[in-house]
Amino acid sequence: MTGGGFLARNIAGFTQALESVLVTENLCRISGFMQSLDPRVKAVTLLIFIIFVGLAQDFPVLIAIFILALVLVLLSKIPVAFFLKRLFIFIPVFTAVIAIPAIFITPGTPLVIIAGQAVITAQGARTAGLLIMRVVDSLSLGLLLIFTTPWTKFLVALRWLRLPSLIVDVLGMTYRYIFLLLHTTNSMFLARQSRTIGGFSGAENRRWLGRALATTMVKSQYLSEEVYLAMLSRGYQGEIRTLNELSLRSRDFIWMAFTLVAVSLMFWSIYR
Amino acid sequence: MYVVSAPFWYVAVQRVRKVLTHRTVPALALFSAFTFILMMFNIPLPGGTTGHAVGGTLVAIILGPWAAVLSVSVVLAIQALLFGDGGLTTFGANCFNMAVVLPMVGYFIYKVISGNSDINSARRLAGTIVGSYFGIIAAALVAGLELGLQPLLFHAADGTPLYAPYSLNIAIPAMAIGHLAIAGPAEAIVTGLVFFYLQKSHSAFLSRQASQKDEGKLWFVWAGALVVLAFATPLGLLASGTAWAEWGANELKEILGYIPQGLGRMSGIWHAPLPDYTIPTIGNIAGYILSALIGIAVVGFLLWMLGRWISRKKRIKQNPTSTGVS
Repeated sequence: MTGGGFLARNIAGFTQALESVLVTENLCRISGFMQSLDPRVKAVTLLIFIIFVGLAQDFPVLIAIFILALVLVLLSKIPVAFFLKRLFIFIPVFTAVIAIPAIFITPGTPLVIIAGQAVITAQGARTAGLLIMRVVDSLSLGLLLIFTTPWTKFLVALRWLRLPSLIVDVLGMTYRYIFLLLHTTNSMFLARQSRTIGGFSGAENRRWLGRALATTMVKSQYLSEEVYLAMLSRGYQGEIRTLNELSLRSRDFIWMAFTLVAVSLMFWSIYR
Repeated sequence: MYVVSAPFWYVAVQRVRKVLTHRTVPALALFSAFTFILMMFNIPLPGGTTGHAVGGTLVAIILGPWAAVLSVSVVLAIQALLFGDGGLTTFGANCFNMAVVLPMVGYFIYKVISGNSDINSARRLAGTIVGSYFGIIAAALVAGLELGLQPLLFHAADGTPLYAPYSLNIAIPAMAIGHLAIAGPAEAIVTGLVFFYLQKSHSAFLSRQASQKDEGKLWFVWAGALVVLAFATPLGLLASGTAWAEWGANELKEILGYIPQGLGRMSGIWHAPLPDYTIPTIGNIAGYILSALIGIAVVGFLLWMLGRWISRKKRIKQNPTSTGVS
């Protein structure tokens, strides 16, 4: 008898996804520091930082990058509590699955011995700490990019980075139609829920789910043909043109200079 | 991992661009959006647990394997960028597992089982179910390999692993068990049910898609699957210590401290046809690879037999009076 619960769980999932994207889109519209940067500059510089985080192997540098990320969050007028909440949704799962066992299974100098059996090694603790710090850092930088760049601007940056236009166009349109399909399936689930009294067996739910998915698939196929005709009638010839003209401003150059100096400083502090 | 995925993306873009032209963009976009929705579905599994499916095999069956590579990659990109699940740095690996290995292996098995049977046959349905199940298992195994290889490849001088700390004989079973039990059934149930419903109610849609679908030359898919397998084979040589599920009774005793009763009895009865996966006279490495190839051939043959058997049963059921007369 999982009928009601199963429908409600799915509806909640869809709504949550919609909500999280809408919140992100609102953050992109705030006039803060990161929002005002050119998307290409932002993508490339944050990517440099993320790659650097992957290479860095000591704590001071990783902590410095985290502090930098938090400063940027403040400058971009993103609510810090919200940012930290999004950041730490993933950390506990990651910690439990990957980091905690590492403390015990990494061979090395014993640090703590529990009940004469389980051994926490110095190397193990270090591994776990580094792992967590690295994930915190790259997630923060990634979230910073996501929270301050509207999807369409981001795609312009990708196009500028020479990604094939086929992929960029598909990325853009997929984003658009995810919302439509989310809405459609949400309505299907709501309609089903409104006609449900009591519950259904798991098997019945699975059959219904299969039908719902297949219907959505056929619907999206028809829709794609209609969309194609609509695109043709608006003069589509195999390439999507946008009005997004990007130009670099002085603050873009300042930020690029800062990135260069910061990364070289950290590089120097590790390998001197 | 970006480097490994890149050639697949390149070929996929080229193929899709060549065959479907302008229509491609909206069709791919809509199917990617559909895949996104599919991944969000919370699927009730027998036994009360729930799981999520990837749907890579389903998309591969409907749109063709190359289109599936692209649309699952697009969905993973949107998930990584918009929802922040799955970091940017692991995106390459994720794509290789879920957008390349999964649809390729799944589609390959589907093709082997379904052969040239009718689009509405039970044999096709069996192909979708078996294909999607083993597609996701293959993806999980490859993910386990990637995780397990990391401490071998990247570690500090004192042996401290720099990235994921698990060795192969921890990572692979950890990935395999969860996927055999939960993600595999979820994937197989969803793929099977959707395909079954499409057969019943939208068979025109299915056959139209089948005629439009670009699967490339089939040998290409074969080659892709073999490359993946060949990739996996030498890794067994790298794994030091015992491989998962290949323990003899003695090794089990060392690990568990005792021999499970049933296994102790069984070990006298069952001798593996190729003990330790090596043919003694050829030398270990060649023997290992040869055993793997024999294994692939045996599995392929069994799948083919299964397909034959199902299709014959179906044919007899359809024309009970006209057997042998044409």
